[in-house]
Order: sequence, then C-alpha cells, then structure tokens
Amino acid sequence: MNPQQPHDHIVRSVDEEQQRLKGELLRMGAMAADQLLAALDAVDRRDEAAARSVVAADAVIDLLEQDTSQDVMKLALRGPLARDLREILAAIRIASDLERIGDYAANVAKRSLALNAAPALPQIRGLASLGGLAAEQVRRVMAAYAAQDADAARRVRDADAAVDAQYTGLFRELLTYMMEDPRHITGCTHLLFMAKNIERIGDHATNIAENVLFLVTGEETFPPREKRDATTGP
Amino acid sequence: MTDPRPAKLAARGLDFHYGDFRALKSIDLDIPERQVTALIGPSGCGKSTLLRVFNRIYALYPKLRASGQVLLDGEDILDPKYPMNRLRSRVGMVFQKPVPFPMTIFENVAYGIRHHERLPKAEMAARVEEALRQAALWDEVKDKLGQNALGLSGGQQQRLCIARAVALRPDVLLLDEPTSALDPLSTARIEQLVAELKRDYTIAIVTHNMQQAARVSDFTAFMYLGDLVEHGPTGTIFSNPSKQQTEDYITGRFG
Repeated sequence: MNPQQPHDHIVRSVDEEQQRLKGELLRMGAMAADQLLAALDAVDRRDEAAARSVVAADAVIDLLEQDTSQDVMKLALRGPLARDLREILAAIRIASDLERIGDYAANVAKRSLALNAAPALPQIRGLASLGGLAAEQVRRVMAAYAAQDADAARRVRDADAAVDAQYTGLFRELLTYMMEDPRHITGCTHLLFMAKNIERIGDHATNIAENVLFLVTGEETFPPREKRDATTGP
Repeated sequence: MTDPRPAKLAARGLDFHYGDFRALKSIDLDIPERQVTALIGPSGCGKSTLLRVFNRIYALYPKLRASGQVLLDGEDILDPKYPMNRLRSRVGMVFQKPVPFPMTIFENVAYGIRHHERLPKAEMAARVEEALRQAALWDEVKDKLGQNALGLSGGQQQRLCIARAVALRPDVLLLDEPTSALDPLSTARIEQLVAELKRDYTIAIVTHNMQQAARVSDFTAFMYLGDLVEHGPTGTIFSNPSKQQTEDYITGRFG
C-alpha cells in the first residue's frame, strides 16, 4: 500500500519513541521464542533446574510488556493518525500476544516438572518438533514485523495450518499410547496439555501476522484460513 | 467513495487566481448535504480560498478571479446573475477570529436578519432566541441580551458569530478555523455544536488541527498547492489514506 519507507517525522522524538517501541517488541518476540525452545530443551533433557529458570524468566517478558504500554501511552498523547495510529494499535495487540506466548512457554516448562515425576515416555520427539515449528513461526512473524513485510506476514499466517496438523497428529498418537497402557495416562495427559499450549502459541503468531498486515496495509479483515484442528471432529 | 446523499455544494473544474497566481487548480469536490466536510492541508494549499469561493467573498476584491462552477443545489453561484443577497443568506460563514459587531448581543443576531427580512418585534425576538439556542449560547446570555457583545468571552463570541450565521437559516455553513483562537473547553463546545448543527446544515470546515478534522467531520479533503490531493470518508483518510502525500501530511512528516 505504502511501498516506500516513510520519511522522518518533523518532531524527531516521535521517530525515537516509535523506534524504542519497536525495539521492545522485537526483544519480547526473541525472548518468547527462546523461552519456548528452552522449555522444550528442559523437557527433552528432563532438566528440572532449566525448567525452573524458564518459569522465572517469564517475568522479564511481562516487564517488557509494561514498558511497551508506557511507550504506547506516550505516543498516543500525540494523537497519532494513519500509519502512526495503526502502529500503536498493532503494538498493543502484538505485545499482548507475545506476553501470552511467554506464558504458554512457561507453562510447558512448569508441566515438565510434573512430567519428570512420571515414567519416561518414548514419544517426546513429536512435542519437540511441534514446538520447533511454533518457535519458528514466532521468529518469522517478528522478522516480518521488523521488516514491515506484508508478504512474509501472510506466509506465517498460512503456515499455521502445518502447526495445527502436527498438533492433531500428536494428539492422536498420545491417545493411542494411553489406550495401549493406562500407566501412560498421567504422562500423556501432561504432554497433551503441553501440545495444546504450543498449538496456541501458533495461533498467537497468526494474530501477530494479522497485526503486521493491518499495520502495513491498513486492512483489518482477512480471507479465512485453512483450519486443521481435527481433534474435536469425528 | 460512495455516498448516497446528494451533493449540496459542488465544485466543478474550479480554478481561482490571485492576479497571476493560480491558487486553485481545477478542483472537483462534492460537499454532501447535512454532513461535515473538513478541508485540510498546509498553509497556502488553497483550503481557505476554496471556502471563500463558496460564498463569493472574493468578489469584494479586485484582481481575484474564479472560473469553473460552484453548484449550490445545482445552480452555479459563480454566475454573475446569481443574486449575491440570496447567496449570502443561503451560505453562512464564520471566521477564525470571532468578530462581534460593537452592539448588543441581541442586535448582533438581529442585524443580519433585518438586512434580509422585515419582522414584527415578537417574531424577531423568537428568531434571535432560536439562533442563540442553535448556537448553544442562549442559556449563557438570555439574561443579558442588552449588553455589549464585546463583553463576552472568546468562546462565547465565536458562538455568537455562529448564531449570527444560522439566524439567516442558511443551507450551508462555512467555518474557517473556527476554534484556532479558542481554549480547549470552548473548542469542545464548538465541536459539539458542529455535531448538532449538521442535522440542519451542510457544513464545510477548514482546520489546521488534524485531530479536530478527524473528530468532527464525515468527509475530509486534503489539499496541497492548489490541488485536491485526496478526498474520502474521514475514517479512511485518517486511518489508511491512499496517497503518500496525505499520509505524510497527517502524520507530521511533511517537510
């Protein structure tokens, strides 16, 4: 829509404040993706200390979200319009999506503590690969935000179907294990919740992609996505 | 943009010259009936000139020349045969600085009416009250109608000017930066008034305050160097304009 990079504001502090806001969101995004990967690693290695440090680090993301609120307030006082207006609206929503992603990553880490108390299960790889995919979605969508790249955001949005498909596969697999041997039920239930958390991270990445599209193009409605959550179907 | 309302006022291929300087360049613009249209743009873009052409105020000065058409209900007001008196009663104007006449509050409003019609005393009083009510000033001045209007505050004076304009029961109200000399509370009162007046009048407002244009208008026209750059629903212009020039101007990047 506005292909050329807009030039600077006459009031230079607007550019500075916008840059700071953007920087904070990018830091939040990088942290959220790292948190998820660290949580998966803790699950994989059954590392209780690592899991606890992931849970603790979530507070940093929460603090960053508060910083973004402060910056948005400051920018809002200027009565921004057009792209500047979309910029702060998108920032508020993206910050809250990233905060949720951080929460889900911390949940995965927290649940790994309970999982460690149960006997080891053979099928944890499926979770790592689902989580890797979701973390990649978060990284790619934040790169799209940094570059204000609508096409890249669209690709992230479309790719969520793959996250959903993997989640559905994992869901069925875990169900099979539970039917095979009731002793697996505790562990598999924890894994199911973790998988659901990760699937939700994918949804939040999609939300962010839509906000990047809104920011860049000004459009608020999008064509329906392919939904692949077949876990509730027959 | 699709608006079902008919254009009350329409510029067609409108050009305007100050001597050799071409201040308006072939403007085509519809001002829809009973809607507020904001004209925005940097100083010298032609927005005030356009407003002044809408009631031919320029005709008072030599060397000023308009060509093209300005249609009021389909009739070309630029046509020399269009009676000036009729035009002035149908198109009212309020300026940046409130300029009450040095007479009583009552006479300020009655003055214009007398110029156009002869009314019995009681009827005149009713008309003045109606106008002051429409301008949301009645309650503040009803007990001092005989006092000099120059004693009113700036915001009250501006509302008196609006009362003076609506007293003639015009179709169109032209407001040229009506709040730029007012404090925020008086500004809010004028903005509220604009929202109420649009039930009865077609309004065109020139403003330098982007947020004001976004707040009070239904349509916004962005002008630059005598050109109409972009015109559309206010929501679109201020959230997602289609021209880079508009975007740069309303986000404070023009330079």
